[in-house]
Amino acid sequence: MNENAIYRPEQHAIYQPKNRSLKWLEVRLPILSLAHSSFVAYPTPRNLNYWWAFGAILSFLLGAQIVTGVVLAMHYTPHVDHAFNSVEHIMRDVNWGWLLRYAHAVGASMFFLAAYVHMFRGLYYGSYKDPREVLWILGVIILLLMIMTGFMGYVLPWGQMSFWAATVITNLFSAIPVFGESIVTWLWGGYSVGNPTLNRFYSLHYLLPFVILGVVVLHVWALHVSGQNNPAGVEPRSKQETVPFTPHATIKDLFLTVVFCILYAWFVFYLPNYLGHPDNNIPANPSVTPTHIVPEWYYLPFYAILRAVPNKLLGVLFLMASIVILAFVPWLDTSKVRSASYRPLYRQFFWVFAAVCVGLGWLGSKPAEGNYVLAARVLTAWYFIHFLIILPLLGLVERPKPLPASISEATLRKAPGAAVASGAAAPER
Amino acid sequence: MTATTASAEPTRRDFLYIATATAGAAALAASVWPLVSQMNPDQSTIAAGAPIEVDLTPVAEGQVIKVFWRGKPIFIDHRTPKEIKEARDVDWHTLPDPQSDEARVKEGHDQWLILIGICTHLGCIPLAHQGDYDGWFCPCHGSQYDTAGRIRRGPAPANLALPPYAFLSDTKIRIG
Repeated sequence: MNENAIYRPEQHAIYQPKNRSLKWLEVRLPILSLAHSSFVAYPTPRNLNYWWAFGAILSFLLGAQIVTGVVLAMHYTPHVDHAFNSVEHIMRDVNWGWLLRYAHAVGASMFFLAAYVHMFRGLYYGSYKDPREVLWILGVIILLLMIMTGFMGYVLPWGQMSFWAATVITNLFSAIPVFGESIVTWLWGGYSVGNPTLNRFYSLHYLLPFVILGVVVLHVWALHVSGQNNPAGVEPRSKQETVPFTPHATIKDLFLTVVFCILYAWFVFYLPNYLGHPDNNIPANPSVTPTHIVPEWYYLPFYAILRAVPNKLLGVLFLMASIVILAFVPWLDTSKVRSASYRPLYRQFFWVFAAVCVGLGWLGSKPAEGNYVLAARVLTAWYFIHFLIILPLLGLVERPKPLPASISEATLRKAPGAAVASGAAAPER
Repeated sequence: MTATTASAEPTRRDFLYIATATAGAAALAASVWPLVSQMNPDQSTIAAGAPIEVDLTPVAEGQVIKVFWRGKPIFIDHRTPKEIKEARDVDWHTLPDPQSDEARVKEGHDQWLILIGICTHLGCIPLAHQGDYDGWFCPCHGSQYDTAGRIRRGPAPANLALPPYAFLSDTKIRIG
């Protein structure tokens, strides 16, 4: 990590190791002062709400997935003849195996849930806008990596849903003109999904979380260069408008992580299979396709988009586009105002968009027939209209509410009690 | 770097830069190739994909059996005269993937329809004798195929593929 970019002299000065050996280390590798300026002294806007805690929740979940995943790998056998049984072995024989597996499987769902909340937070408060475009794009890259990792992990138990998910998803590439078939054969390492496929998915499923971790480091780095956005969407203008990360953000993040863990634990202990699919308790059978194939809930909106398009290649392109388009949001949104709190029209369109995403998710779980297809087409169209037409247009036609001059003003409007603390500090810089 | 130092004539150094870069790029490509190529089917997989022979005598009229070749299900459909008639009565020029029924079977063996049983949409296995065309219906995304395995409705872009096969005798075929 290039520490110059997050080096802030005024904070750096705060941390001076007293201990002799720590001083010795500091001269040779200033990792303690880096950690201190990043996670202790780092100034966070004082008006952050709980929606800002999901980054911490996601960090926790990534750690939890890696820890449970590494230990599950100690008991799992990546072979078509043994994979299904080795998962049953984990469930029945391995000490606490059931807990580890359920924590990992439910953890994937929780990971996506938290990521979606985190993304909608960013969309609502305009966190992708100048100067946070790269931060946002890194997030989109993390989402793509999560989707790949989650998919490959789902294949490993080698049940019916695993096998057919692998078949359907790899076949998406057969839509590519001319090279499609060769690419699919290359992905499979055979003429159909088989043992080579399972082996490479296992290898990549183990690798990708660490790639995610690497991109998360970049994501956090970019965040610490630009500083956090906040509900008011105006930059902190003085020291008094920020609070140090520790203890303020640390405790707040920790608290919401614990609350989130209640939900997580509730699923792990009471509804461990609710988010899965019963067909995956049937060993993979290449000769029979389950009657109703649906992906895990977190892919359903994308799946609905795929099925809404009546042409195979176009369907695949729309599916890809629905994710890639997110990377362009910083430029599609032409409004200079960040927070939806000051954008009356965008605020409404945001909730319509959120409802469209939920609607697509619901439709993705329904059979592709009749009115479901029609509805999926309407919502797919709206999904793209939102990004390609509404976002660019709103910036031109919308008349935003007057922005607060500062974070202090924004918070004072709401909470007169805070006046004593921050009122005097407004125009310091 | 100033533009004035650049001479009009390429120098020996320019040549060395380009030659080194070229050699480096070639070495990189040669190193990457095995890493990419290892993902293609290995020798044992290719060997296991050798042709198979199937005896047709036990397949009754109206019955569809499934055999596996290269991990793919192959449908062997002993069609009834009614099914053959249905397949031939449609104006095939108007179909989404126009192909005549005659082109999808071997001459003189009209009752035997041999197909790769994989939906051309996203690879699910269609169910026999279902759907509006009396052929195959794919449960995943609702593609419907007729009694010649031709796509009639739904998201699949093409007819069910035909495997390479030949009749060794009237009751025996070799697939592959």
